[in-house]
Amino acid sequence: MGERVRDAAAGCARRPRSSPTGSRTTATARLLAEAALDGARRLGARHASFRLDRVRTGQLVLFDGSVHTAHDSAVTGLSVQVWHDGVWGFAASGEVTARSARDTAGRAVDQARFCSALGREEEPVPEPVHDGTWSSGFRINPFSVPEAERAELLAAWSARLLAAPGVEHVRAKVVAVQEDKFFADLAGTSTVQRRVRVHPQVVVAGGSTTLRTVGPPTGRGWEYLLGEGWDWDAELAALPGLLRAKQHARPVVPGTYDLVIDPSQLWLTIHESVGHATELDRVLGHEASYAGTSFVRPGDVGGLRYGTPLMTVTADRTTPHGLATVAYDDQGVAAQSWDLVRDGVLVGSQYDRRTARVAGATRSVGCAFAESALRPAITRMPNVSLAPAPGGPTTEELISAVDDGIYLVGSDSWSIDARRGNFQFTAQQAHRVHRGELAGQLSGVAYQSDTRAFWGALSAIGGAGTYQVFGADLCGKGQPVQTAAVSHGCPTAVFQGVRVRNTAGS
Amino acid sequence: MTPQEIAESALTGPGDRIAIVDETSTAHLRWAGNAVTGNGVVHSRTLTVIESVPGAGIGVVSREGALDRDAVRAAVAEARATARRAAPPPDAHPLPTAAERDWSRPPAGTSSAALAGVVGQLVEVFDQARARGESASGYAEHQLRTTYLASSSGLRLRHAQPDGVLDLTVHRADDTASGWVGTDLADPAQADLLAGYTGIAARLDPSRHHVDLSPGRYEVILAPSCVADLMIHLHGAADLQESLAGGTVFSGPDGGTRLGERLTEAHLTLASDPAAPGLGCLPFTVVRAPGPGASCFDNGTPLRRTEWISDGTLANLVTTRHAARTTGLPFTPRIGNLVLSGPATDRTLDELVASTDHGLLVTSLWYLREVDPSRLLLTGVTRDGVHVVKGGEVVGTAHDFRFDECPVDLLARVTEVGRPEPTLPREWGDREYRTAMPALRIEDFTLSAVSGAV
Repeated sequence: MGERVRDAAAGCARRPRSSPTGSRTTATARLLAEAALDGARRLGARHASFRLDRVRTGQLVLFDGSVHTAHDSAVTGLSVQVWHDGVWGFAASGEVTARSARDTAGRAVDQARFCSALGREEEPVPEPVHDGTWSSGFRINPFSVPEAERAELLAAWSARLLAAPGVEHVRAKVVAVQEDKFFADLAGTSTVQRRVRVHPQVVVAGGSTTLRTVGPPTGRGWEYLLGEGWDWDAELAALPGLLRAKQHARPVVPGTYDLVIDPSQLWLTIHESVGHATELDRVLGHEASYAGTSFVRPGDVGGLRYGTPLMTVTADRTTPHGLATVAYDDQGVAAQSWDLVRDGVLVGSQYDRRTARVAGATRSVGCAFAESALRPAITRMPNVSLAPAPGGPTTEELISAVDDGIYLVGSDSWSIDARRGNFQFTAQQAHRVHRGELAGQLSGVAYQSDTRAFWGALSAIGGAGTYQVFGADLCGKGQPVQTAAVSHGCPTAVFQGVRVRNTAGS
Repeated sequence: MTPQEIAESALTGPGDRIAIVDETSTAHLRWAGNAVTGNGVVHSRTLTVIESVPGAGIGVVSREGALDRDAVRAAVAEARATARRAAPPPDAHPLPTAAERDWSRPPAGTSSAALAGVVGQLVEVFDQARARGESASGYAEHQLRTTYLASSSGLRLRHAQPDGVLDLTVHRADDTASGWVGTDLADPAQADLLAGYTGIAARLDPSRHHVDLSPGRYEVILAPSCVADLMIHLHGAADLQESLAGGTVFSGPDGGTRLGERLTEAHLTLASDPAAPGLGCLPFTVVRAPGPGASCFDNGTPLRRTEWISDGTLANLVTTRHAARTTGLPFTPRIGNLVLSGPATDRTLDELVASTDHGLLVTSLWYLREVDPSRLLLTGVTRDGVHVVKGGEVVGTAHDFRFDECPVDLLARVTEVGRPEPTLPREWGDREYRTAMPALRIEDFTLSAVSGAV
């Protein structure tokens, strides 16, 4: 299918002088890998990979300024994936010893044999051998910040908001994640990676109305809460006023409207209607029984009109601070970037070493990911982003060109059908646009459309000044289900004549 | 170390502490397009330490995977440090009193052998599907989780919970219709994939043509899986404290709750019972982290049958011991299963279809999301099987559709109740609850848009 792929691993691989997880830990991991991979080879596996992961998650929740929940969890484990006589086998264990590594390799081969009556798969595509160490772009590891200090910051945010008129309750939380991953395979690849991400979130409540901050999760450290990468001070300052306006919102009159969609809202529509729809495993039906398939067909790449010519969507695992950014995926493939939609036409998809051949590719684009070593790697979304218009308008200019419309900010509820077609989204804020001016907030706004009709209604797109990166850190897929984090950048954009419902029913 | 040794090690030293050790083994198998696409066996162990410091708060630390004595000591130290910094929780209460149950028994386990029967049946399903030009996809998982709950106050409780999922989706070759069936797989010996496939294949009979539907109101028969997903959402909103705060569909207009209010004339009862035949679940409370309707101080509480809706009337909301004490209401914690039943009836789903003059049969629901939590207004879509029923027979298949409905309002529009049967909630099938649900006939079910999916 001739998808164009740009190998840009060097663009993201910031290689520190020493291993992010410590040289002793890495040496131990290599010994375990040797035990597992040697065991798999002896048992006849043609391909085998070993992963050793530790994923630590800290969650701190304050309600009205007091610590409500402080929960620290960590998942450690090792796993072996084999391709044995044309069949894949996977086994994992929480016991991290050489004996466990060997036993797990044996169980992975047993799994392949166990399933041999149910069909065989083609050999995975090759990948150059890598030996790399990489760390994501964070300055202050959130786990190095004393919990009391973390709580103090959220308490200060809460106190400030509780002092504002109209704010009755404040729920403030921060989730921090540190992923340490070691990967090795029979081909000789060996990689060590550390990724850190944080997600602060504040919800204010007053009357019967709630409003949530739109500041996104990001691949940064604690510095993000101190204002590096997001202006929390400005967002918190604006929150009480926006809440009061939302309390007085007028019910929307159902109908069709021109929608001006802020990046803080549009990212989720991109995630659901473009990101998931162009995952090749869905296109092939591998998620038919759970996460769903796609309206995209295997032969559509290169010919399917996805949206208007204004629409160009990129995929990458290289964006600095991106939630899906890595140097190597969980099959040892170097990070890359490529186009999914160019000038409104579908030109690419997302695949891994197992599915690359179906895409007509001789190399994976590096979309394999597992939430921990206790889960098999499956095709997961890279960072998927809508490109801004070169020299394009500002958000204010886009709004000023709309006669009768709605400006949507911040994501709320979302739902899309099993083929990534019909969807419905709501927003944190829905502002009436009348003759090019914002004219107060509306309540009950839900926009409903079909993916290709929606992107076919894209009529204007903002310039680079409107471009912002948002994202999801709990995207679920696969059986057993596992979560992944992914970023989406986009400009403000205008969609003409979209159906809007009033969920209040009036 | 054994799970018991890990728990005892975590309780060593001074302090009020709860230690929960979950020993989990899982075997899974996944297939799509009439071929296997994934499989695995996973063994893991998780320690959760809950430290309570009088005059301060609680700290919760969980560690899954490598657990030696050093790791246990470190987890306890971290939990204690967190607890010392935390504010006193409003639900603080002395830890549960001593009790023992099966403590010395070893953990239970499973392996891929548990799915051997499924593999054998799949070979046949794949053959039949290929012969009919169909594509079969699905998932089988068997899991055994053994939970050891211990406390510095003397609790020593053990429970082994078998669990599992078996689901099968079949698409016609031309992709104009599909069907789904799902079931709990706690007992793999009960797996009958061939029967599931045969049932789907009958509904995908090529002689049944596609029927275009327009948005509007229809009489709908919801299969038990749909009812399970909706009742899980309903039960999720049934928290006493959140309802008293005014944020749920069960909040009363005067600041109270709707307890005692008749929700439906259909004489439906929604209950949980750890001893429900075929739906057994944890017989005591296990709270690994505090949350809505869940207090760590309630760990180890014996659970008994609780009716949430009794004969159509809202009877109980989920309470913690603290919430019960402050409101004078019964202490009714969450339980791991849900059973909806109506007036005694033997009518199966097929019999409900047979008595339908004009309506739609919906197999499963998907992507249910709250649009308005205060009204429990959900949006969602139907999935893999909307069948048009006329004159008591399925005469055609239709596209999926989007709907916006509140489960509580739907109960008020129930006109017929089938026989409860164990079912797999498709969206919540990853074992939030084990469920037994009846098919329900509902009038004026609103289709807000037609989807291109089938």
